[in-house]
Amino acid sequence: MSMDLIVGILAGLLVAATPLILAALGELVVEKSGVLNLGVEGMMVIGAFAGFAAKVLTGSYLLAFPAAIFAGMLMGLLFGLLTQILLSNQVASGLALTLFGLGLSALFGAGWTGLTAGAFPRLNALGLPGSLAAGLDVLILLTLALVVATQYVLTRTRTGLILRAVGENHDAAHAIGYPVVAVRMLALAFGGGMAGLGGAYLSLVQTPFWVERMTAGRGWIALALVVFSAWRPFRLLAGALLFGGITILQLHSQGFGLKVDAQVLAMLPYLATLAVLVFMSRSRGAGNAAGRLRAPQSLGKVFTSTT
Amino acid sequence: MIDRRMMLGALTGAAALAVGLSGAVAQTPPLKVGFVYVGPIGDHGWSYQHHQGLLAVKKEFGDKVETTFVENVPEGPDAERVIDQLASQGHKLIITTSFGFMNPTVKVAAKYPDVKFEHMTGFKQADNLATANIRFYEGRYIAGILAAKASKTGTIGYIGSFPIPEVVMGINATYLGAKSVNPNIKLKIIWVSTWFDPGKEADAAKALADQGVDIIMQHTDSPAPVKFAEERKIFAVGQASDMKAFGPNSILTSIIDNWNGYYVSRVKAVLDGSWKTGDVWGGFNTGMLAMGGYGPGVAADAKALADAAKDKISKGEFHPFTGPLKKQDGTEFLKAGEKMADKDLAGMNFYVEGIDGALPK
Repeated sequence: MSMDLIVGILAGLLVAATPLILAALGELVVEKSGVLNLGVEGMMVIGAFAGFAAKVLTGSYLLAFPAAIFAGMLMGLLFGLLTQILLSNQVASGLALTLFGLGLSALFGAGWTGLTAGAFPRLNALGLPGSLAAGLDVLILLTLALVVATQYVLTRTRTGLILRAVGENHDAAHAIGYPVVAVRMLALAFGGGMAGLGGAYLSLVQTPFWVERMTAGRGWIALALVVFSAWRPFRLLAGALLFGGITILQLHSQGFGLKVDAQVLAMLPYLATLAVLVFMSRSRGAGNAAGRLRAPQSLGKVFTSTT
Repeated sequence: MIDRRMMLGALTGAAALAVGLSGAVAQTPPLKVGFVYVGPIGDHGWSYQHHQGLLAVKKEFGDKVETTFVENVPEGPDAERVIDQLASQGHKLIITTSFGFMNPTVKVAAKYPDVKFEHMTGFKQADNLATANIRFYEGRYIAGILAAKASKTGTIGYIGSFPIPEVVMGINATYLGAKSVNPNIKLKIIWVSTWFDPGKEADAAKALADQGVDIIMQHTDSPAPVKFAEERKIFAVGQASDMKAFGPNSILTSIIDNWNGYYVSRVKAVLDGSWKTGDVWGGFNTGMLAMGGYGPGVAADAKALADAAKDKISKGEFHPFTGPLKKQDGTEFLKAGEKMADKDLAGMNFYVEGIDGALPK
């Protein structure tokens, strides 16, 4: 195997994993605040379209990505309005948000398929040498930095502590004076923005074009990754790289003519995810009832202020 | 005032009566035609082309028909529910447009004998269920010629969806076309187990390019591979509809499906009561299959070769599957000069000799 090919596989893996990491990281923060938003797919696809449209209209990536983030945030806040203020069921609202996002983006995006947004510059355009730089882009680096930042904020800062407090026991957090709904709205805005950015990565960097439903289920994989990670950012990164890695490796192994059925290979990423899930929930520690897969205790529960 | 009001009332009454009468005269309600698509109509590929057929039907028959379509229908049990629903809602002609809708369509057709069904790309007929397909392999053969002529590395990449006969036959036809101009041509095949996932199709195209192919062909429905080829400055062949917009420099040609004529003729047949079951398999000769304009990467001699082959195929002078041909394992399946029968083609489940790799079962 030549060096170029190894580098190509590595770059392909990171590119495939990046939209998943972005969307899943956003959802992780949302779930840490005690809200289950199943609308990741809808927020992603809205971001994919908004980013693409903004790039075509303005020609600037510096406007396109913020537009995608903003559109995703609006979706996240819409979910917040429904579930935190109007107190509707989170599971049903999340599913509705996915359908709404897919439909809305298809409606607005009908005339946009076939337009071109140009090729996103890779790191070698910034003067970095080497063939790996030719396959990577600045957003991949930003994504990795965001993983570290999220881990830091969640575990080492007061903001993270409040967020977790709200997610673990919203009544107690409320009793000691934290604004539960406001914290959750902020978390939802963050989650929506990240999903929007993940979607825009797909439509502006990975493919790069717009076609309706182009997220093709990545939002659901992101949701699974959050559970897989046991709500920990670094484990989420590992999970996304594993998933992306197996996806890319199975494509390459077919190109090499490996005699394994394509269907089995296509199944592998999901199988690996399941295997890790089973492994982790099996090895639960004594005295820790929910084991290592400890979900935020208020996850998905409706909060009504009693005072 | 009263008079005027009475007058007005009388006029309105008369008008209502007139409307009612004219309604009674044109009593035949519009024929309800339902379409079931596997992808989104905005895929600019497979489902998009079928939807062009729906639009052609609407344009041709106006308010004599009422069309409905359901997009993004997964192949499998869900499809049966969707088709059943269309039938129970009074659709008298239901057109299902993906191979995987075959068994669901057969089942629902048995349940509604007075509804006409049309299943595209399948092979099971019934009294009220007709099938039709396009001889995509004719186009694939031409694309194979163009690909082999344009390739510098001598390796063509091919993104497959599912190993069903239609796709396998396309791979074989591509290889035979390519081999007819370069006996040493290699084909690298990657199966992605989906009809539509732009991200995964782009990943597969990248994997192929990283492994040294300089032509990307696809039997999946999104323009992602063409777009990737454009960025990578290699060549691609468009699938199902003209994908030139996605790769103005990279595209060699597109294999274009045209269902409009067939759908219009079948709706007409239902309207005038002449509809009968059948199995139509149209190629270049029927206009159901066309090639997109050649891209800038096609050299003059390649054009000439492709045009000549296309001409011979449409006149019926040449069949891409003409013996002597052997399977991958070396057994002969067509004797010298023998042309493959349609029923054998429709069930093709093996690679021809010269293609590396195992066909997934």
